[in-house]
Amino acid sequence: MTAVDFLAFTRGPLFDVALIIFIAGLAIRFVEILVLGRRRDFSEPRRGGFGSGLRTMFSRTLPETGTMKRAPTTVVAGWVFHIGFLVTLLLFVPHIEMFQAVLGFGWPGLPTPIIDFAGILAMVAMVVVLINRLRNPVMRFLSGFGDYLPWLLTFLPLITGWLVFHRLLLPYPAMLGLHILSVELLMILFPFTKLMHTFTAFLARYYTGAAFGRKGVQS
Amino acid sequence: MSANVERAVNAFKEQIDASTAAFFSSCVHCGLCAEACLFYLETGDPKYTPIHKLEPLRRVWWSSYTLFGRLASLIGLAPKVTDDLLKDWKELVYDSCSMCGRCSMVCPVGNDITGMIRKEREGMIAAGHAPDGLKGASSRAIKIGSPMGVTLKAVKAQIGHLEADTGMTIPVNVEGAEYLVLMSSMEIMNYPEYLEAIARIFEAAGASWTIASDAFEATNSGIQIGASDIARELVMRIVAAAERLKVKTVISPECGHAYTALRWEGPNLIGRPFPFKARHILEVLDEFRADGRLQTEGFEEDRLTFHDPCQIVRRGGVIDEPRRLIDMVAKDFVEMDDNGRYNWCCGAGGGVSAIEEAHDLKLTAFLKKKKQLDAVKPEKLMTACANCRIQLEEGMEETGMDIPVIGLTETLAEHLKTPETAKG
Repeated sequence: MTAVDFLAFTRGPLFDVALIIFIAGLAIRFVEILVLGRRRDFSEPRRGGFGSGLRTMFSRTLPETGTMKRAPTTVVAGWVFHIGFLVTLLLFVPHIEMFQAVLGFGWPGLPTPIIDFAGILAMVAMVVVLINRLRNPVMRFLSGFGDYLPWLLTFLPLITGWLVFHRLLLPYPAMLGLHILSVELLMILFPFTKLMHTFTAFLARYYTGAAFGRKGVQS
Repeated sequence: MSANVERAVNAFKEQIDASTAAFFSSCVHCGLCAEACLFYLETGDPKYTPIHKLEPLRRVWWSSYTLFGRLASLIGLAPKVTDDLLKDWKELVYDSCSMCGRCSMVCPVGNDITGMIRKEREGMIAAGHAPDGLKGASSRAIKIGSPMGVTLKAVKAQIGHLEADTGMTIPVNVEGAEYLVLMSSMEIMNYPEYLEAIARIFEAAGASWTIASDAFEATNSGIQIGASDIARELVMRIVAAAERLKVKTVISPECGHAYTALRWEGPNLIGRPFPFKARHILEVLDEFRADGRLQTEGFEEDRLTFHDPCQIVRRGGVIDEPRRLIDMVAKDFVEMDDNGRYNWCCGAGGGVSAIEEAHDLKLTAFLKKKKQLDAVKPEKLMTACANCRIQLEEGMEETGMDIPVIGLTETLAEHLKTPETAKG
């Protein structure tokens, strides 16, 4: 198999397989959460929970001031990573073309130097996040394979993408093939790892926001 | 699987719902819940990280309700819930969690960790792994009618003293009264000023009220130990009395968890809405204030701060009411740094005060409150929960602090304006 064959394989059949597993996996995970249902709440609400739930879906993105003071590394590195990663994923023109091919619609991107910078920020933040996880007594205590694997799955597309972009290490077709392969690995394992928090966190925030909200507490 | 473990697993399964599944699916072990937990912050021991306290419940969720978890348990690879695991977790689930809900407020993915601890306790007690102190309290609550073993005789004695001292009549079993007043054991035993305050304020407000001889106790050990059947029985006594006496509102006293038990869990425990309103005393007093039925005179001159009881404020939503009431009687009121929905627990809520083994730990947890108090240096500390009050007094005594702790309701009564018109 030549490098070009490899690239064609990752772009073609392997991508289709990864996409199917990704989507089916997401569907399974959401169904297995939602079928559990929730009991009816007979207590007299102080106000409706729906609006509070929606608000908490977004408000939890910002930390409470005390948390920021006590754990600035976790908060700031987490923030920088998420923003850098999302900018790189969603606003890089070749990525948008890929989304266009899958979804049927696209959106405007950002100039490549900005993407380059965002990607580097995301990677630096990820290294900080990893060191923090290894050094912080609570995070080290909590962490296991299930925490380090998602880190690796997320880091690989970033580093390989950056290498493709700068034409480093391997010839372009081989490196791009590796980049796409790393993304496919991410997609396949995404639904079955903690990467799922990308979507379920909004559900979790809604449930909690609504529960607190009907008691009259903005959370 | 032993019978014990099977009971625990079944109870866990009974508790796990879509929100539990969404919460466990979302946790990325960021550790920020630890930074919100006074038991972790004051001990520095990572085992007190809130989400870690949920490992037994998480195992049952993963192995029973996820595809990978089910496959893993089929081939015996899923981590199991064992009797030893539950035994080890007893301290984490009970002694070191006051269910204050602060972790639930700061979790970036939005997990209601405290809510899950409440669920987890159902499985712990089902397997028998609950602290003896809470078991004793629950058994006394069921058999005697109060977790501290307070009998109707003791209540009647208090009423007798009160009537002799003040010349007022304390209404008992009055059908058609508007309000049914409940008390906590602590108030009956240690703080008789609460009942006197109620009598004086309600008389001045012209509000009809009553005590029920078969449902004077508001506290609910069932929700602390995590036994819904016990909790239901205790709530049902109040509901039965309220329905028999046809009251419009049942008033939860200056106690935190009693409010949660009645106001938020109560209707769900009995499986139907209440035909009456359930309110905290501070909500009722604030209504009196708004209607001009509660009028005060004079002010506390001391520098005064307010300790928010978690179950009333963060888990209960009674946040502004105490502040409006304090403003009526305090000139020099200072807020602690983290207050209202972000307050720090006294260290002994959620049943912790009833656990003998947790004695040292709860006093260590109090150091968080001590730091808050040291920062504002109040001359008086006001609160609205008898359980917080005992812990604050004990914690201050242990650490050589000397700040009097007062209840909000009784302070309002002290400043009550003499009524111009007779009782309506």
